[in-house]
Amino acid sequence: MDINKSNNEKDNKQYFFDNPKNTKWVMNIFYACCVLVVVLDFVINRHVYHSWENLPAFYPIYGFVGCVVLVVIASWMRTFLMRSEDYYDHPDDNYSDNPDDKHSDNNSENSLEKATDENTHKGANNQAENKKIGDHDVDA
Amino acid sequence: MWMLELPPFTLFFIGGLIAAMTRGKLRGAIMVAIPVISAMHLWTVPEGIHLQLTFLDYELVPYRADKLSLMFGYVFHIAAFICIIYSLHVKDTVQQVAAMLYAGSALGAVFAGDLLTLFVFWELLAFTSVFLIWARRTSRAYHAGMRYLIIQVLSGVILLVGALFYAAETGSLAFGYIGLDSIAGWLILIAFGIKCAFPFAHNWLTDAYPEATPTGTVLLSAFTTKVAVYALARAYPGTELLIYIGAAMTCFPIFFAVIENDLRRVLAYSLINQVGFMVVGIGIGTALAINGAIAHAFNDVIFKGLLFMSMGAVLHMTGRINGSDLGGLYKTMPKTTILCLIGAASISAFPLFSGFVSKSMVMSAALENGYDWIWLMLLFASAGVFHHAGIKIPYFAFFAHDSGLRASDPPRNMLFAMFIAASLCVAIGIYPAALYSLLPYDTGYNPYDATHVLAQTQLLLFSALAFVWLNIRGMYPPELRSTNLDVDWIYRRAIPNVLQNVFAVIWKADGALRNAVRGRLNQCQSFIASKHKGLGGLLSGSYPSGNMVLWVAVLLASYLFIGFVSKLTA
Repeated sequence: MDINKSNNEKDNKQYFFDNPKNTKWVMNIFYACCVLVVVLDFVINRHVYHSWENLPAFYPIYGFVGCVVLVVIASWMRTFLMRSEDYYDHPDDNYSDNPDDKHSDNNSENSLEKATDENTHKGANNQAENKKIGDHDVDA
Repeated sequence: MWMLELPPFTLFFIGGLIAAMTRGKLRGAIMVAIPVISAMHLWTVPEGIHLQLTFLDYELVPYRADKLSLMFGYVFHIAAFICIIYSLHVKDTVQQVAAMLYAGSALGAVFAGDLLTLFVFWELLAFTSVFLIWARRTSRAYHAGMRYLIIQVLSGVILLVGALFYAAETGSLAFGYIGLDSIAGWLILIAFGIKCAFPFAHNWLTDAYPEATPTGTVLLSAFTTKVAVYALARAYPGTELLIYIGAAMTCFPIFFAVIENDLRRVLAYSLINQVGFMVVGIGIGTALAINGAIAHAFNDVIFKGLLFMSMGAVLHMTGRINGSDLGGLYKTMPKTTILCLIGAASISAFPLFSGFVSKSMVMSAALENGYDWIWLMLLFASAGVFHHAGIKIPYFAFFAHDSGLRASDPPRNMLFAMFIAASLCVAIGIYPAALYSLLPYDTGYNPYDATHVLAQTQLLLFSALAFVWLNIRGMYPPELRSTNLDVDWIYRRAIPNVLQNVFAVIWKADGALRNAVRGRLNQCQSFIASKHKGLGGLLSGSYPSGNMVLWVAVLLASYLFIGFVSKLTA
């Protein structure tokens, strides 16, 4: 109980990204940097090692498209590679080190929101449990 | 000088013995002192062969130093020093002893001048490091350690067979350029390839490393694969096959890393990706490419160590490591967050961080030598590594949604170790000349020209933009509690299942055959019995008295006959 209380008090403290204004501010700086490097592309006369590099904004486009393709393919891979967390576990083994494995076996249908909700919800009352896990010290 | 002939591993092995017998602060002090003393000594060691002996008919060279091995020797000392500080709070003797012996074995392997010595340390690497996995003391870690050990020992056995072939072919065991012209060359390449996590042989790494203890994983990430990279750089520089293998290694793990939930497993995948860059460099084989491969190995030990340390700190303090359980830790672990971000910037090769000054050498070499498609793959891998190791790791651990966890920063020794690694990352990034001066070749390479810096910054910022865009669109794959199938599925599921089915069929057929034979035998028996079981039959239980009288008559008749014959002859 005590732990929960102090936890709530702590939660009242405002951290940097708790304020949406700060998040927006950081993101705006980031967008400005993106624009800046693309503009620099046309200002700086750089020597080119390969003809592909002559394409306008080759690197930004390659980086962006590459990452989107990466994520799309990876998400698609989940459809046939993903199994439940205890897929390889032996039924007779007892995983005492992962106490929360048993009561939440999220499957592929689970959306991020649901997982988030569950975690934040769990967060408060799990505090005591966390403390215990931290103390039991995996490498002591 | 007696010290000159003393190979660097001896000090670590002695340290391991002392660590087994001491406790507490004394053990900590000795363990920290050993890499420092050994490094100071190594700094004074000139190039050349310092120890040589004859075993049977072969010249063995357990201690040979040249620029290549010294470079790895230095970084292994740095890694050992950082890891020991990082694990000072650990009170587990098994781990402390294993750490010293493991670091010693890695040093022994890089200073080995012949294949037999290399084999011995190759196997010692496996046997000492597996205790760092088992020390987690969970059933999952035990099984993962077993699989790790089997695969590592297999690699060693193939190396030994290859070395025997090599000795038969060339009459020498010297460990130098080997090439792929003979069976020995191929066998040794396979042995090195298993330890180097070549595609399809990579799974021991992503299987076992995340199961080790928080401190053990840091050690594991530093030594085993880098010893393999060193061995490849010595035996197979300029082997074209390695370029394609390396390019595959840079690309395929990033897909797995994007969907993996265990953040240390994400780092294990990105470790394969980084080793891929080194393998490409070795495959190209020009002075610039080899320099790039070695420099990248040097930097990778430090920044990958830093990332594993920051995730180890998270695991140590919260007891969790899955991305789905973490988030918002920047609030209470600000120092770890900043140190992790430095590691993330280094592995992503941001200008002014260490990854940039070495990765760009390999990329430039690929372009200079006309490997355009390979260069495009490396570029894709660079964007991808930023995506999963540079953004995903810090984002899901320290930012993202608030998990409600309020763990504080880790113990001071852990922070200090991370601080040393982070300073090195930044120092090498700002002043790469110091690193370059240690490299085997002098190429006069300068990473900081406007072209490189701008191109790399553009690439990275726009991959970050892709991450932001995908997140806003809700297309980014959420962190889910899951296991993703990889090659290990073949030996953890497919082969056991196939064997089980095959044996089920065999047992069934065997049972049916036995039953059929038994039935036949029974039938024969009953047939014979039925033929002879009638009254007075051969197998009958009762005989009529008439039979008896008949047999008595026969007996008497033969008796009479014998008596008669004997009378006649007498």
